[in-house]
Amino acid sequence: MQALYAQLLVGLINGSFYALLSLGLAVIFGMLNIINFAHGAVYMMGAFVAYFLLNLGGINYWWALLLAPIIVGIFGMILERTMLQWLTGLDHLYGLLLTFGIALIVQGVFQNYFGSSGLPYAIPDQLKGGMNLGFMFLPVYRGWVVVFSLVVCLATWFLIEKTQLGAYLRAATENPTLVRAFGINVPRMITLTYGLGVGLAALAGVLSAPINQVRPLMGADLIIVVFAVVVIGGMGSIMGSIITGFALGVIEGLTKYFYPEASNTVVFVLMVLVLLVKPTGLTGRAA
Amino acid sequence: MPDTAIAEAPAKAATGGNILQVRNLEAWYGESHILHGINFDVNAGEVVTLLGRNGAGKTTTLKSIMGIIGKRTGSVKFNNQDIIRSTSDKIARMGIAFCPEERGIFSSLDVRENLMLPPVVREGGLPLDQIFDLFPNLKERLNSQGTKLSGGEQQMLAIARILRTGASFLMLDEPTEGLAPVIIQQIGHTIARLKKEGFTILLVEQNFRFASTVADRYYIVEHGKVIDGFANSELSANMDKLHTYLGV
Repeated sequence: MQALYAQLLVGLINGSFYALLSLGLAVIFGMLNIINFAHGAVYMMGAFVAYFLLNLGGINYWWALLLAPIIVGIFGMILERTMLQWLTGLDHLYGLLLTFGIALIVQGVFQNYFGSSGLPYAIPDQLKGGMNLGFMFLPVYRGWVVVFSLVVCLATWFLIEKTQLGAYLRAATENPTLVRAFGINVPRMITLTYGLGVGLAALAGVLSAPINQVRPLMGADLIIVVFAVVVIGGMGSIMGSIITGFALGVIEGLTKYFYPEASNTVVFVLMVLVLLVKPTGLTGRAA
Repeated sequence: MPDTAIAEAPAKAATGGNILQVRNLEAWYGESHILHGINFDVNAGEVVTLLGRNGAGKTTTLKSIMGIIGKRTGSVKFNNQDIIRSTSDKIARMGIAFCPEERGIFSSLDVRENLMLPPVVREGGLPLDQIFDLFPNLKERLNSQGTKLSGGEQQMLAIARILRTGASFLMLDEPTEGLAPVIIQQIGHTIARLKKEGFTILLVEQNFRFASTVADRYYIVEHGKVIDGFANSELSANMDKLHTYLGV
């Protein structure tokens, strides 16, 4: 039974990363109509920025949680202004190819300088150790990742679904031309939205650094699963991405316990089934 | 009569100062040349109607003024400021509001969110209680999804949301299209009341009967040009010409 709970916890942690990453992808797809293949690379950059901040600047984990998403978010906004904005109105394929190319370049540069092996990033002192819950041992850091990710996801959902800024974002997703004709600077909003989505990925990278180590290909390993999560949840659906992210993490964890051989493919099997039954995803709307 | 003379002659007869001056406005959709030198004026406090057949260039004229057509040339002066090179968000912030033909109600927003969406660009917008006084239906449907409203209610919402912004120059594109006579009448009353409140309105209409109840002046658009213009007081003298222009 202990093993089952342990796998459930691993599933929840993976689910946290899936949710944060797929949320960023959903925000970017909803607003920019771009399938952002560079998302894994910016997740990796978040972890590396945290590593640099600690080892070059002596800046600790807590500041890295704030600074890394801002720094990588600014990198994302520069990408959007200099490259992605020119793809407006073109077929999805162009955005996919461009962001895939960006991902390969960024990963290649990091791999060139840091190799493929992981760099250590210590768990902050305040989150070391664990708690005995009676039925299982819970490492404090892992519990923190799950709770913090959930809070960030819900805050993002609230921002988009329940505030005036979110109303601008949702409206601009439907009809950017008209929203701009109301007096809203839509291009600037698109840039900031891309920065937000990229910042969420970088935040996931910082959270992941103490668990998975800092590796140039850490994002490439994860991004394919995250795309499956987004497709299952429904492209562009915010709550769909959050729920599906956590749920698929748990399903993956349970599969590891009951039938480990299928644990790496269960997400893709589910994706195929969902696409057969509901091509727009579980919570997605038809185009 | 030369085009600019058509633009100026009836406008001079009107009382308010010139608020919008359009000269030699040309516009393109991709490779298609749609407007071939549009000229007309609108004075403060007037309701001016652009009449013309389908595809004449009326909607493109409004979109060009609003800055949402990619390629346009000529001169569009609003309050003596040339806005031909301005982006649509800047034009909106100068006090021009646009209500599109397809209404542009957002399905992912409820009625309240749709209503509150356009930011206030300047003082003098109608407060919500006055808007609900004009459109009482909207008050009862605030929590409904925007696109779940009837066609008439959607049109009211599309007009209501631009009244909040403080824009004093409204461009309404075919506000009566596809609506029941009783709703058309209500929209007519609303336009008349807005005129009394001091709004300037540029209307695009195919429904001439409706336009004649609210307009001060008319311009006829054909093949991307203004080919004629006259005041409402000259309407009866121009009826034969009008029937020819509109093919009714």
